[in-house]
Amino acid sequence: MSPLEFTLSLAAISVAAGFLGAMIGLGGGIVIVPTLTLLYGIDIRYAIGASIVSVIATSSGAAAAYVRERLTNLRTAMLLELGTTTGAITGAFLSGLLHPHMLYLVFGAVMAITAIAMFKREEEAHGVTPHDPIADRLRLHGAFFDEASQSDVAYKVAHTRVGLLLMYVAGTLSGLLGIGSGVLKVPAMDLAMRMPIKVSTATSNLMIGVTAAASAGVYFSRGDIDPIIAAPVAIGVVIGATLGTRVMARTHNRVLRIVFVAVLLFVSVQMIWKGAR
Amino acid sequence: MSTRGREEPITRFELAISNILRIGVTASLVVLCIGLVLMFIHHPSYLESQADLQKLTSPRAAFPHTIKAVVSGIAAGHGQAVIALGLIMLIATPIVRVGASIVGFAVERDRAFVVITSLVLLILLASFFLGRVE
Repeated sequence: MSPLEFTLSLAAISVAAGFLGAMIGLGGGIVIVPTLTLLYGIDIRYAIGASIVSVIATSSGAAAAYVRERLTNLRTAMLLELGTTTGAITGAFLSGLLHPHMLYLVFGAVMAITAIAMFKREEEAHGVTPHDPIADRLRLHGAFFDEASQSDVAYKVAHTRVGLLLMYVAGTLSGLLGIGSGVLKVPAMDLAMRMPIKVSTATSNLMIGVTAAASAGVYFSRGDIDPIIAAPVAIGVVIGATLGTRVMARTHNRVLRIVFVAVLLFVSVQMIWKGAR
Repeated sequence: MSTRGREEPITRFELAISNILRIGVTASLVVLCIGLVLMFIHHPSYLESQADLQKLTSPRAAFPHTIKAVVSGIAAGHGQAVIALGLIMLIATPIVRVGASIVGFAVERDRAFVVITSLVLLILLASFFLGRVE
C-alpha cells in the first residue's frame, strides 16, 4: 500500500468513525484504534495518538452543530468539565502505578452493567425527575426541539454531585486506559442525571473535546501523533461528524439508545478480553 | 434547524461558541489538506511506493513534534510540518472554546460560571505543563 492509498482509505474509514461518534456522543476512537492496529498494522502509540485527534475533531465538528441547534446543555457541560479535566490529571499521575489488567476487567464489567441499565431505562423520563437544588441554582435545566418526534422537550437535570463524581471517574479512567470517555459520559448523564438521550449525546460530544485536548498536548510532544496518520483521520472524521449531526436530529431516541448499548457491549467485551489475556 | 416551538432564539453566546468550534475545525482542516498536498508534491514516490509508507509510519519515523521543529519545518516548506500546524490548531480549538466561554459568562455577569470555566481552563493548562515534566 502506498502512502496515497493509505491516506485515502484511512480517510474513508474515518468518515464512518466520525459519523458514529457524532450520532452517539463518542469520539470515534472505538473505530479508529482497531482499524489502525488490526487493519493497517500501525503501532499502538500512533493509533492512540490518532484516536485522540479523532476525538477532538469529532467533538468540535459535531458540537458546532449541536450547540447551534440548542441540543447541547452548555452549562451542564462546563460544570461537568471540572470533573473530567481533574480526573484526566489524576489518571495521568496514576498511570504506571496501577496494574492495567485489573482495570480493564473492572472497566469491562462496569460497562456491561451500564449497557443493561441503559437498555432498560424507559424512553424518556416518565415520572418526576428528582429535585436538585444545585441544578436549580446553577440553572442547568433545559429544553430542546426534537426533530424526530416534532415536539418540544423540557427537562430537568438531577443528581449534579453524583454526575460530577462520575465525570471525575470517567476522566481518570480515560487518562489511565487511553480510552475515550464518551462511553462513560453519556450513561452518566442519561442514567444518573436524567437528561434526555439526545441531550446527553450532544453534551458529551462537546465535553470529550476538552478531555482529549488535555492529553493531546502530551501525546504530541512525545511524538505519538504521526502527521501522515492523523491528517486523514481528522479530515475523514469531521466529514463524518457533519453528516452524523444531520442524521441524528431525525433519528428516534430508541434507535440511538440501542446503537449506544451495542457499542457499549462491544467495548465491554474488548476490555474484558484485554484484561483476561 | 427549525426554530418552531422554541421559547427563545439562540443567544449570542451560544452562536459564538458554535462559530468558534466551526471556524477552528475548518481552518485546521484547510491547513491539514495543504500539508498533505505539499507532502505528496514534494515526494512523488508517495503516490506508489510501499516502502515509503513503512518509513512514514514506523515507530522510529521522524516528524516534527515540538513548536520549534514545526516552525522551522514550515519555513523549509515541509508538508509534515504544515500538517503538524493543522493538528496544533485542532488541539487548540476546544481550549479556545473554553476561554471564549469565560468571556461569555463574564459578559452575562454569571459569576459562578466564570469561576467554573476559569478553573477548567487552569486545569487544562496545568495538564499541558505537567505532561512536559515527564
